[in-house]
Amino acid sequence: MPGKRLFIAVFLIPPLLLYGIFVVSPYAQAFQIAGTNWSGLSPTYDFVGLDNFQRLLSDGYFWNALRHNGLLLVLLPVVTILLGLFFASMISVGGRADRVGVHGVRGAGFYRVVYFFPQVLSVAIVGVLWKEMYAPHTGMVNGFLRAVGLDGLAVAWLGDPRFSFWCVMAVMIWMNVGFYVVLFSAAMQSIPRDLYEAALLDGAGRLTTLVRLTVPLVWDTIQVAWVYLAIIAIDGFAIVQIITDGGPSSSSDVVGLRLYKTAFADGQFGYASAIGVAMFFLTLTVAAMFLRVTRRERVEL
Amino acid sequence: MFLAGWALLTTLPLLWAVLSSFKSDTEILTDPWSLPSRLRWENWERAWNEAHIGRYFLNSAIVVTGALTLTMLFGAMAAYVLARYRFRGRRIVYFAFVGGMMFPVFLALVPLFFVVRNLGMLGTLPGLTLVYAAYSLPFTVFFLTAFFRTLPTSVAEAAMVDGCGHFGLFFRVMLPMARPGLVSVGIFNFLFQWNQYVLPIVLMQGEGAEKKWVLAQGLTALAVNEGYRGDFSGLFAGMTIAMLPVIAGYLLFHRQVQSGLAAGQLR
Repeated sequence: MPGKRLFIAVFLIPPLLLYGIFVVSPYAQAFQIAGTNWSGLSPTYDFVGLDNFQRLLSDGYFWNALRHNGLLLVLLPVVTILLGLFFASMISVGGRADRVGVHGVRGAGFYRVVYFFPQVLSVAIVGVLWKEMYAPHTGMVNGFLRAVGLDGLAVAWLGDPRFSFWCVMAVMIWMNVGFYVVLFSAAMQSIPRDLYEAALLDGAGRLTTLVRLTVPLVWDTIQVAWVYLAIIAIDGFAIVQIITDGGPSSSSDVVGLRLYKTAFADGQFGYASAIGVAMFFLTLTVAAMFLRVTRRERVEL
Repeated sequence: MFLAGWALLTTLPLLWAVLSSFKSDTEILTDPWSLPSRLRWENWERAWNEAHIGRYFLNSAIVVTGALTLTMLFGAMAAYVLARYRFRGRRIVYFAFVGGMMFPVFLALVPLFFVVRNLGMLGTLPGLTLVYAAYSLPFTVFFLTAFFRTLPTSVAEAAMVDGCGHFGLFFRVMLPMARPGLVSVGIFNFLFQWNQYVLPIVLMQGEGAEKKWVLAQGLTALAVNEGYRGDFSGLFAGMTIAMLPVIAGYLLFHRQVQSGLAAGQLR
């Protein structure tokens, strides 16, 4: 057909150019810069091979940050998915059977809308909001604790190395649960109602129904949720940077923040790229491990 | 009831921020749970003008408008060609785009900074616009390619017989037919770009860049500065200004937003 080649070229080349310049080339360069001692300001740099990676192995700050990412990787998906499943099952099948059968609780639509609020807000708003929530004198958290007479518990949440990391993790759970409630309850909508009625007739309680019936049927969705929460856990940069900036004394540091500071505060661009490359391979490893572990038989309906 | 408890947990902090934006600083300092004694709009005015939230809001609007237009146009063009035409290298191009979804952004941050600097676009709105659009392309292309494949071929053939060229076919027939897909992916991209934080803090630094800051970035800077100056009410007002339009838009279109975002995650 005449003009077909021209058409394809006109439609494909501009997007490819934009994509190549700003996305593909930086990723490719990351690997190259990781092998240098470039400080960014100097025009010259030396190729240092794997020195950056060797330095990484003995870098206490890096390991400290990595440990926090590891904790997030384990706890964030577990807690978020459990809460999500629990709320979603309450919303979609929590109202027990009556004459019209098993259905959702009253106000299900309202809950779905409200739970989703944190998801549409930017991480900057969530971060700043919670930083104020945790503030020792003016924050809502301590205000509540004092109001109910627990003055002893009203501590400087973000200023204490024992609590700061957990406070940030709580915010990450808070901002993500709503999305998975909506996702899981959408998945649960497609489960035939009569299965629930049968379970009810067999005398299964809510918990048994959730564990034995609902979870196997939405297992695919749970896997997807796990992957996305794992990605959030490996990153975590923005929310940590805004709420605690990794402090006090690196007690809430994560690898993404380490990379950012190494590059843009210390100017060690070669080393920062090496951190990025290391994280890249860690991500791949985690993904591969995950795929092996979750090979579980699918339930056919 | 647990459900109501979590509903409170998601709404109370937001409500608290809105209420605090009307309080005076002394009210905020004495009791975080008290109600404001009157509506102090002057806090909002201060945040909008003196704390430059207004300017950041405008910058965000400019960048997102430009980037969203570019993303949707380029994304639809590439996806359409990839879905509807056979040519050599088609699969490679497709996987090059889609592969971009799998890499964490922070791997690319350092080189991206220098790419943008070498182009002389560091700390400029056009630079940020192009970067936003580029990083939105993988998902947009992926989603729209699948969508264009589902559209019936008969309409396209009929239009071709009627003497419609390739370009006319795309703009007058296929784009209108793809509307539902474009809306979903558009909402997803809008939120992704409007809420973007990592890209602007890396790319909008350097001399004079703070005039070009976007909302997310301006707000966190405000939080750091107001902490020193003690203007808490101004900070809450800024936060509320940043928060309300998104919440209002969400309440209006909550069905589309939820399905758009769900489609985005289930890629």
